Amino acid sequence: MARFDSLADSVGHTPLIGLPKLSPSPSVRLWAKMEDRNPTGSVKDRAALSMIEAAERDGSLKPGATILEPTSGNTGISLAMISKVRGYKLICVMPENTSAERRQLLEMWGAKIISSPAAGGSNEAVRVAKELIEKNPDWVFLYQYGNQANADAHYESTGPEILEDLPTVTHFIAGLGTTGTLMGAGRYLREHKPGISIIAAEPRYGELVYGLRNIDEGFVPELYDASVITRRFSVGAEDSVKRVRELLDVEGIFAGISTGAILHAAIAIGKECVAAGVDADIAFILCDAGWKYLSTGVYHDDIDTAQERLDGQLWA
Amino acid sequence: MSNSDNSKVEVRIPTILRPYTGGAKLVSAQGSTLRDVIADLDVSHPGLAERLLDGGALRRFINLYANDEDVRFIGGLDLVVKDGDSITILPAVAGGC
Repeated sequence: MARFDSLADSVGHTPLIGLPKLSPSPSVRLWAKMEDRNPTGSVKDRAALSMIEAAERDGSLKPGATILEPTSGNTGISLAMISKVRGYKLICVMPENTSAERRQLLEMWGAKIISSPAAGGSNEAVRVAKELIEKNPDWVFLYQYGNQANADAHYESTGPEILEDLPTVTHFIAGLGTTGTLMGAGRYLREHKPGISIIAAEPRYGELVYGLRNIDEGFVPELYDASVITRRFSVGAEDSVKRVRELLDVEGIFAGISTGAILHAAIAIGKECVAAGVDADIAFILCDAGWKYLSTGVYHDDIDTAQERLDGQLWA
Repeated sequence: MSNSDNSKVEVRIPTILRPYTGGAKLVSAQGSTLRDVIADLDVSHPGLAERLLDGGALRRFINLYANDEDVRFIGGLDLVVKDGDSITILPAVAGGC
């Protein structure tokens, strides 16, 4: 069915696309879940729609309300689109070290942006948002890091879609941010596909982003449950940029930088499977396309320059 | 401890813990397991172990990676390290999204 009553109704049901050339062998195959095909172009449309609809159902989100959310971009863009359509106001707390395109898109859909300091990255955005919500109790705080409806979106849609399209799936790999995708889809796949491996690829940013004043300011999303995950990898900017370019060069797929980190982990797992002599169907999340990152130069600068440019940025 | 049990590894120190290493980003340490490596780090850089461990377990807001893999999923502090392994210490922070 390709006809929908409205834009929001078209969230999800994204294609799963094989990577015949990047797959390490004919029996160890990689599959990209093309989340850039969502209405605002990222996987976050699923979580945003789910969180808004849950808040509408429980009565906490009323017509004309103001929503506040800490976001480095994609969640904010998704919330902005749905807010525009449904008549909510949106304020995003966003670290200043995020790409120019993300800010432009947010403003285009009518969101107001409050900048948080670059040092500390999303940690600071979360802290600033929590302070603001205390002072403005009539605003609605969906809070993607702790909102069960974020993970539920993936339990109810992303996970089932992957299993339906790829019943032989052996590994599921996604990025680790709010942890919503991995918690939701991971839990669904574990319940319905015993033995599956759920693998997290966590972007490793430049030092600025880890610039906490003390360790006690560290942050683990409330949604995170380590028992859902089998293995967890940390992937730096250099490997992510190399992989995102490889995806473009070899398979013709234009993805955002965070997908490079996920693909890097997927290829490593694929090579392990080949070495172990086991067949595998490895599905990974392609979070968004590369359009929002063109200004960073990562698709055409030399690798060292590209990596340097990303150093202080929240690139995933 | 025999020499073969004593692997030499490199440890990346995050900004917030560099006061313990005289500002060094990268330090060497040795041991057969990650627990030994942390004990050895504490000999060269007193006070560091206490920042990483609480009651003998990894602190909640500390992530430790061996060759880019989170050690919590591959044996934790009992992970056996090999010569040349790269250990990275990072504070747990909110990811982008």
